[in-house]
Amino acid sequence: MTETQLNGASASGPGNVPAPRSSVDRAEDLVEKLSERAKEIIARYPADRSRSALLPLLHLVQSEEGYVSPAGVEFCAQVLGLNKAQVGAVASFYTMYKRRPTGDWLVSVCTNTMCNVLGGQQVYDTLSEHLGVGHDETTPDGKVTLEHAECLAACDYGPVLTVNYDFFDQVDPDTAVALVNELRAGGRPQPARGGRLCTLKEMSLQLAGFADPRPEAVADGAAGDPTLRGLRLAQQHGISVAGFDPNTPIKAPADSAPAEAAGAGANRPASDRKPAGDAPKPQEQALKEAK
Amino acid sequence: MSTTPRRETLEKLTPVLTKRWLSPDAWRLDVYERLDGYAALRKALAAHPDDLIQLVKDSGLRGRGGAGFPTGLKWGFIPQGDGKPHYLVVNADEGEPGTCKDLPLMTHDPHSLVEGVIIASYAIRANRAYIYIRGEAVHAARRLRNAVDEAYAKGYLGRNILGSGFDLELVVHSGAGAYICGEETALLDSLEGFRGQPRLRPPFPAVAGLYASPTVVNNVGTIASVPYIVLGGAAWWKTMGTEKSSGPMIYSLSGRINNPGQYECGLGITLRELIELAGGMQPGHNLRFWTPGGSSTPLLTADHLDVPLDFEGVAAAGSILGTTATQIFSDQDCPVYATYRWLEFYHHESCGKCTPCREGNYWMVRTYRRILAGQGTHQDLDTLLDTCDNILGRSFCGLGDGATSPVTSSLQYFKQDYLDYIEGRTAPKLSEKTLVGAH
Repeated sequence: MTETQLNGASASGPGNVPAPRSSVDRAEDLVEKLSERAKEIIARYPADRSRSALLPLLHLVQSEEGYVSPAGVEFCAQVLGLNKAQVGAVASFYTMYKRRPTGDWLVSVCTNTMCNVLGGQQVYDTLSEHLGVGHDETTPDGKVTLEHAECLAACDYGPVLTVNYDFFDQVDPDTAVALVNELRAGGRPQPARGGRLCTLKEMSLQLAGFADPRPEAVADGAAGDPTLRGLRLAQQHGISVAGFDPNTPIKAPADSAPAEAAGAGANRPASDRKPAGDAPKPQEQALKEAK
Repeated sequence: MSTTPRRETLEKLTPVLTKRWLSPDAWRLDVYERLDGYAALRKALAAHPDDLIQLVKDSGLRGRGGAGFPTGLKWGFIPQGDGKPHYLVVNADEGEPGTCKDLPLMTHDPHSLVEGVIIASYAIRANRAYIYIRGEAVHAARRLRNAVDEAYAKGYLGRNILGSGFDLELVVHSGAGAYICGEETALLDSLEGFRGQPRLRPPFPAVAGLYASPTVVNNVGTIASVPYIVLGGAAWWKTMGTEKSSGPMIYSLSGRINNPGQYECGLGITLRELIELAGGMQPGHNLRFWTPGGSSTPLLTADHLDVPLDFEGVAAAGSILGTTATQIFSDQDCPVYATYRWLEFYHHESCGKCTPCREGNYWMVRTYRRILAGQGTHQDLDTLLDTCDNILGRSFCGLGDGATSPVTSSLQYFKQDYLDYIEGRTAPKLSEKTLVGAH
């Protein structure tokens, strides 16, 4: 990426070498390619609130570019009537918007505390060594980008990693190496509980809010054992919650407390009642005790 | 060896919100409908919205996202007849370390959330609703978008729902990887297309939320509870849980137990009982420390096995119920290292808006690295506490407060572990290679 491209100015190449296309020109290409989808995204939000479309539009850019390119920033700015600084400020805030071209397969290894102590750190270290790349770096063949991730919300399956955000559970260094080898050899291993893999660009289109075009991928992913453990215990031992009658009236009988607080009485501003957050901090006790 | 729980402990299980997960195709509309699906919606649309708000108040339902604010009260704060549009926003940005209850719910029973959204929107008179789902939760989002499409096709969403005259548009909006967006006002800024940074409160979202209009922000579990309350009634709901913490709750157990997983029980169950349900501790592991509800809740120890895990019980023990994400660590795990790793998380996820959180977490991470690399000093412990003193209550939102939880509680219960690193009795845990650092 040259300086001129980053600045969005049109560059003229020396001699007969064709000039590299500026991000403004490339943004025009994106408008041509993506404008129908961009319109669909913007239509999801109230007419005067089109800026709400910015996050999905950035995902849309990644579905075409593989990262948030200078042209992609220009494109978002154009379709939403923002300036590039406004778009760039948002894009740089969120981890999932990548600043450099990313591989087809984004391998994210959870190294937050629980997965970490269960072996996630070794998995990350082994993959890093095996692939010869560090955090947020891509293999020279452009296939795999490695990152260490914060809690991926699957602690009961830890240690976990995801490929393009679909889960592989209870991984260890050996299974993780076999997994990336298969990806680099062109295979598509089946995630443990998610849809069958698609490329990061294809995934970005889903993140932009478009349905997965593969019904079989929506159907993939039966619940794993940890998810069902409590339920199976209850089932095996015949435990259920008693007294459920779906015909119970919504309105309490007339002789019980009237519904006064739900109507006009509730109309005072919320600030009068100081909801969550204004109570004494529960951590204060721990701080005091620790001193 | 996994042990079998006693009958009296098994009877603490209350499969309500999780029940349909056993039916592999419950995410499909036709299967959901056969399992009581959308019956609550029909019932609710025949009732007056105020009666629904009162019903939820009577049920005692409290927010499942961690703060435990009474849901009916929150709904009641929305000014009615104000001529402004109202919004319902579902906080599905699950990311608190240890927490893994909302993703399975949205993946295996997405329609229960969609049905809850429609009923809640009807109650607060909102014609637009958004589900802000964590970006990384791609399979849950697949199922959820599919469910929303099915619901539109069947007339449960859109104009004049089931002939009631009520209109609702529902959009599933994927985030892009920022823990802070689980804070409700940061979520609203993110949903409006900005960096996800928290807003000053007041005004609270009930008055000026999304697009400066009255907005209810509720967690996935909270909204998914609503259809059950509408069907079974407030009195039935209160047969589960405790007096002030009613209903069932999904406890997410992870770590050094035989059977990690999701256990839905009445609020107020104890960790001792949960570990029994999970088949006991793993061989060779003895409970040492645990989080009652994610890493932002102060650590508890083996002395707290019989604390009732409801909002009041955990608060009385000096911690927070949080998201009921119980991460269980043993005598083979180091509380100093665990805390360090959580601090790396808070440092990475701090949005940078306020100085105490941005700078405090940065420096605490460095202090921990020094201690774990065998180069710590006794003064480092004072520095950590002093830093926490400057973050707690002085940061802009709860993220900063939460970051102090593992620090102060681990120093409270496990100071000796710190001293062992500082005084050279424990071998350094960090070398250059393991210092991956935050990104």
